[in-house]
Amino acid sequence: MKGLIGGLFLAAALTSASWADTPKDTLVIGKNIDDIITMDPAEMYELSTSEILVNIYDRLMGLEPGDMKTLVPTAAESYKVGDDGKTFTFVLKPNLVFHSGNPVTAADVAFSYSRVIKLALTPAYIFDPLGWTPENVDSMLKPLDARTIEIHVAEALAPSYVLNLFSTVTSSIVDQKEAMAHEKDGDLGHEWLKTNTAGSGSFKLKVWKPNETVVLERDEKAWRGEPAMKRIIMRHIPEPASQRLQLEKGDIDIALNLTADQIAGLQGNQDIAIDPAPKATINYLGLNQKVKELANPKVWEALRWAIDYQGMADSFLKGRYIVNQSFWPAGFFASLEENPYHLDLAKAKALLVEAGYPDGFTIEFDAPSSAPFNDVAQSIQATFGQIGVKVNITPAEAKQVLTKYRARTHGMVVMYWGPDFFDPHSNAGSFAYNPDNSDNATSKPLAWRNAWDIPEITQQTLAALKEPDTEKRKQLYLDLQRELQAHSPFIFLFQEVEQVARRVNVQGYFSGPGADLVYYRGVTK
Amino acid sequence: MTQGFAGGAVAAARGGARLGRVLRGALRLLLTLALTLLGLIAVTFVIGRVVPIDPVLAVVGDRASAETYARVRLEMGLDLPLLEQFWNYLRKVLSGDFGTAVISSRPVLDDLVRVFPATFELATAATLLGTFLGVPLGVAAATHHGRWQDQVIRVVALVGYSVPVFWLGLVGLLLFYAQLDWVPGPGQLDVYYEGLVEPVTGLLTVDSLLAGEYEVFWNALSHLILPAGLLGYISLAYIARMTRSFMLGQLRQEYVTVARVKGLPERQVVWRHAFGNIRVPLLTVVVLSYAALLEGAVLTETVFSWPGLGLYITHSLFNADLNAVLGGTLLIGSIFILLNLLSDLLYRLLDPRTRKEMGR
Repeated sequence: MKGLIGGLFLAAALTSASWADTPKDTLVIGKNIDDIITMDPAEMYELSTSEILVNIYDRLMGLEPGDMKTLVPTAAESYKVGDDGKTFTFVLKPNLVFHSGNPVTAADVAFSYSRVIKLALTPAYIFDPLGWTPENVDSMLKPLDARTIEIHVAEALAPSYVLNLFSTVTSSIVDQKEAMAHEKDGDLGHEWLKTNTAGSGSFKLKVWKPNETVVLERDEKAWRGEPAMKRIIMRHIPEPASQRLQLEKGDIDIALNLTADQIAGLQGNQDIAIDPAPKATINYLGLNQKVKELANPKVWEALRWAIDYQGMADSFLKGRYIVNQSFWPAGFFASLEENPYHLDLAKAKALLVEAGYPDGFTIEFDAPSSAPFNDVAQSIQATFGQIGVKVNITPAEAKQVLTKYRARTHGMVVMYWGPDFFDPHSNAGSFAYNPDNSDNATSKPLAWRNAWDIPEITQQTLAALKEPDTEKRKQLYLDLQRELQAHSPFIFLFQEVEQVARRVNVQGYFSGPGADLVYYRGVTK
Repeated sequence: MTQGFAGGAVAAARGGARLGRVLRGALRLLLTLALTLLGLIAVTFVIGRVVPIDPVLAVVGDRASAETYARVRLEMGLDLPLLEQFWNYLRKVLSGDFGTAVISSRPVLDDLVRVFPATFELATAATLLGTFLGVPLGVAAATHHGRWQDQVIRVVALVGYSVPVFWLGLVGLLLFYAQLDWVPGPGQLDVYYEGLVEPVTGLLTVDSLLAGEYEVFWNALSHLILPAGLLGYISLAYIARMTRSFMLGQLRQEYVTVARVKGLPERQVVWRHAFGNIRVPLLTVVVLSYAALLEGAVLTETVFSWPGLGLYITHSLFNADLNAVLGGTLLIGSIFILLNLLSDLLYRLLDPRTRKEMGR
């Protein structure tokens, strides 16, 4: 037996040469990718999938590295907004070709958008404000010639908002011929596109093994130029400590889920560089207005002063989160970037007395049991306790918390929210919008989930959505953010900062503020 | 002739009776099997429905429109009465359709075929290691009862028994992978070898040998060493402890004293007489430990990024992916039943008493 084990170790030692560095033309990313459930742009809305598909498909509009505030035409060469504010005409770049060899045409754009509406899967809600329905969508999308498409929307909206919609992964341009060649029972290729791709981006999907690996292969004929990396391999490494070890050993080139401790532990390692990449995801507290104590605006204010924002950001959240106290994160068009609240227990206590609760009260607090929510919840429990508010934390799996939240049976909840695209309406439309506060309302924006009845603010949000003048529009969103910052049952806490830990020889990995702004095409090793 | 004929008839009648008994036995077994599986499906189904996670949410996510949500709810048949839902599910399962897994967009059966071999490979290697090392260690501890050998073996077993496997895994990686460079890191294969071998059995080591890809074989084997060694150690700890206590029980028996008084060599007393008598309970211990490993060692699979059954089922549970959870549970249940059956059969081979009963 001893001999056998010795033999095994010897064999391992003999092959150990092969587990040194990753190949020169391959980028290996270590990440938790258990959220990937489909590859169809008309169905997917998960973060890891966005990151992958944005490198496989092209969209009419997009953001380019270097400027995350200005939307530019990408697959489109130019665009024109009609005087009525309801017609958008796009001309595609010449010579765009899908991975199949088929040319990218206006008909493909029309097909891609209409299939989102007709399949009516989750991401279809992104197009909701455009007034497209399965019945009318074909008449709203008119290819004029091979490269020109005229897109109609039902009512005039801020053009910058509409253009933003055409930059989302949902509006990826799918190869119509390829998709329809695999159509089954009129599914517009959905079944096939769940596990295959048909795009025109710099990379194509080679392998997807759920919870194991995703392998992308470069498209040699890519219109942006052939990428330096032949293959991008994403390995599912659920345990951050394993990610760190493999990064240090050079078995992976990039680790994306390291904790604050692990990042700190890597400081001083000459082979590893850490790039902070601020994301648009925010964390907030929601106070259910069905709970009597929490429906008191004085209580909202008291609680705002009873949170140690900076203390958390400087300790267990260090490097991974920064303080952000408005619904629209810092660094974008119309970002407020003001954080007036800090821990002031005396003030909080006084406000609580003013609210009529000199002895405090008890609240139920639902929190996802994963980092950072568990730690954040405990810190809040401690500081609230000091002003007499007793907090009972119920930790649970995130989906379980969400189920309760959507049923409006929570007390207080700590949650995250990431915009779908980089227009402030993506957040205003949920935090500051609640057209129907009844229990059986069809739409369930975050304001509804906290039973916050706001007819006036809802009107302001709609006005901002329709404001054609960009400067005026910006002002409207700044006002809305200030309003919610001071007078709402939302307490905004933090903005996420992703830490890209990479081997120093890896250059050009671009990680923008959204999951759909991660580009592999510029990577060199 | 008559006698012969009569004898033949008796033999035939006896043979017929035996055949009948065997058939009846087989029938009873099948019935028990079917009922057990049915019970298993029912329990899992109910648990799946009372979990406080909205299964529609798992499919459409948090932001889908009300129409999408309502349509998917209908499609999933969640508006039907619970009994009807159960009946529908059962009908599908009986026709071999386990449904589609939300978490992978693929048929559950395909997923299970993909993830189970990884677990099977790991569990088998670990059990072999645990048994072939654990049994002799347990016997040695018993025969050296109270002496230093016993103490050392007991400490080794205690560590394996009480230290969290998650922590052991990380320390193992830190030591043997990060520091000493003896073994490769987490995962089943190095990046280079990914996709070189077409799956036939799904077992990487076997498939690579079949394909003649010896480099892939060595790589897969080297990746297996640490996680299998770790799980093997855990099962060794259990098996050694149990062996020791079984052996101690036997060594105190009078027949052992008699054998010793008779002047039999100690080796023969220990291995043939005492050990011979613990083979049956020991088999149960080994089979149970094997079955537990086949369920998938979630924590080990997490630390080693091992794409096995444990990770799959846990992940499905957290996502309220009912089809995947039910399919996985059914697989585990079947494994348990099969292993129990196997150990029953082995009992009969090993235990002369049950052998006689069978013959009668």
